[in-house]
Amino acid sequence: MLAELNELLGAAPERPDAGKFTLLRDTQTDGSFLVHHFLSFYLRAGCKVCFVALLQSFSHYNIVAQKLGVNLAAAKEQGQLVFLEGLQSCLDLLFGEEEQPGQPNPLQFLSGSSPDLRALFDFVRVSLSAAGSWKGPVLLVDDLSVLLSLGAAPVAVLDFIHYCRVCVCCQLKGNIVVLVHSNEDSEDEENELVVNSLCHHSDLILWAEGLATGFCKDVHGQIKIIKRLSLRRAAEQDVVQIYQYKIQDRNVSFFARGLSAAVL
Amino acid sequence: MAAAGGARGRTSFQRRPGAGPRPPALPGTRPALRRGQLLLSSGLPSLDCVLGGGVAVGTLLLIEEDKYGLYSNLLFKYFLAEGIVCGHELFVASAKEHPDNILKELPAPLLDDSHGKELGDEAAAVKSEDLQDSMKIAWRYQNLPKMEVSPTMHTKFGHYYDISKKMSPELCQSVKFHSFYLHEELPFEPKMKTWNMNSGYARLLQSIQRIISQEGFDGSDPQQKQRNVLRIGIQSLGSILWGDDVCCSDTPEDPQSLTKFLYVLRGLLRKSLSACIITIPAHLIQNKAIMERVTNLSDMVVGLESFIGSERETNPLYKDYHGLVHVHQIPQLNSLICDVSDTKDLAFRLKRKQFTIEWVQDNYLRQERNIYPPGFSYLLKQKDSAWGEGSLQHSTFLMSFLAKAAAFASRLVRHSEPREQTGSGRIRQTAELRMWRHGHRQEAPGLLVISA
Repeated sequence: MLAELNELLGAAPERPDAGKFTLLRDTQTDGSFLVHHFLSFYLRAGCKVCFVALLQSFSHYNIVAQKLGVNLAAAKEQGQLVFLEGLQSCLDLLFGEEEQPGQPNPLQFLSGSSPDLRALFDFVRVSLSAAGSWKGPVLLVDDLSVLLSLGAAPVAVLDFIHYCRVCVCCQLKGNIVVLVHSNEDSEDEENELVVNSLCHHSDLILWAEGLATGFCKDVHGQIKIIKRLSLRRAAEQDVVQIYQYKIQDRNVSFFARGLSAAVL
Repeated sequence: MAAAGGARGRTSFQRRPGAGPRPPALPGTRPALRRGQLLLSSGLPSLDCVLGGGVAVGTLLLIEEDKYGLYSNLLFKYFLAEGIVCGHELFVASAKEHPDNILKELPAPLLDDSHGKELGDEAAAVKSEDLQDSMKIAWRYQNLPKMEVSPTMHTKFGHYYDISKKMSPELCQSVKFHSFYLHEELPFEPKMKTWNMNSGYARLLQSIQRIISQEGFDGSDPQQKQRNVLRIGIQSLGSILWGDDVCCSDTPEDPQSLTKFLYVLRGLLRKSLSACIITIPAHLIQNKAIMERVTNLSDMVVGLESFIGSERETNPLYKDYHGLVHVHQIPQLNSLICDVSDTKDLAFRLKRKQFTIEWVQDNYLRQERNIYPPGFSYLLKQKDSAWGEGSLQHSTFLMSFLAKAAAFASRLVRHSEPREQTGSGRIRQTAELRMWRHGHRQEAPGLLVISA
């Protein structure tokens, strides 16, 4: 959990939000520090988290979460964290034995039998419905853009997100956090379609961009925080805040543009 | 704790017992404790520095080939040669040449210690980060190589190779070698039809998975005491020889085959003690969306751009170099930050015996790329950085400009026309700037001339 980011967002682990869709977007830089932040934030807040990690292995998140003060292995044992490791289930699907009828593989669309992401949605729904003693459910998806690389159609990805929103945000009063990659002049039209569509439907957008002038040792990038108030109430305008950040070993420090510690 | 390489001398630091998992002492590897990773050498010490210490076990290094594939092939061979010298197992896959032929062409290692030390001097002196910590008292020790050379070959991290000589067949046979030559493999098996992937890629994945599980690289065999690292090399992935038309047409028939392959390979690598190098002819792939996705699915992406046939070949600024190195991606594994080196403008050169990657004076590159408008050139810094950061230094461009301006002004004073005591003469005097040369007046090129 990054304390400075909590202050900027006005969030506290004691009172997590309900029914919010947060979009994490990165351009020309790596925005995965935001995923680590939200993972540790919601685990600290006592929510039940379903983490669909498509791009990295469990040990990667575990090591970083330990630096941020949360133990993922313990959370998994207690049932607070349901971790879907995309790489492992992909290997099970392709190299493993015949699947048991009761537990379909969540990444079934890879084998081409069904073109949509229904199995993945069923997995999410089943794991978050049994809330138990935890507070509101949270769905965390690391890198939705990977689904497009794996052969899912953009409409299927948008359908999946829509179903998850209805189930998690509206019915279960939980939150969703999704990370996508995008580029300014990207030629990947399918990706841009998904990203633009998600931008229109999200309550909060955290957009991590690399600096326009290139690599810098003291300022790793710029983050735009867009609070989409116009989504709920038509008369209001979106609030946009821009900060720059520097990533350290256990912390990320945020500061106003041009006021990094190296300059002052 | 003594480093796993064993190259350094004993230190007095004692590790607390039970302080954490002890990294396994595998030959040719070095632990990066802060990130909990094991690093392998890529075969080129200068490339190791660029990649932040080396290639981590379980990751994928993607090399975007240069136009004729000459230099990327060299990097590929360096990686494999390093594997042989360290005693790792090799898996080489290719659709272009038979892996046995690739093995015959590997460069020979330089085992002579003094020669290695000399090359180490050269490589270390070029690195620019040393400028900050220059020694004040022990300045004679400034230029000692950073990497210590030990007498035994296997415990050193990073070796030097002589490209003009081939590796001896005895050395090549000393490690276990698995090969995959697409045109000799059996056609696809029935189970793989449900994979929805190009059959060549599917066969390759099956082969890799079979080797990993049979030889115990994924830790499935607890009886095996001596573990080893598997180095996988795949040559020219995505080319037409693999049966994929992603390099030929703008709208390939199966654009997701390549990305699915990389995803499954990533899963296999993360689960085992292996590292992979893949060369891909990126300059042939016209659909840039596919290259973006491929970059996102790889851990480290290094692009080579050679000067052969381009206008830069005759550019005197690049006369020492053969091409540029673009680092597109560095992994952020197991930590929030990534250990990326500061230098961003890298070039490579191929000397008679050696291939090195060095930092180029980036002021020249900046002028060439025309990133900054000419009026602001005095704000250039020595290295890439954002605008508002740190102190400003004058660039060599400005210094040379000032020197030229001073010389020009002095020439004006010496050779200007004598002033006449007429009004028009004075106006003409100040408005016209002409240079006297060889007794004739000549126009100063580029200067505004207002004739009365």
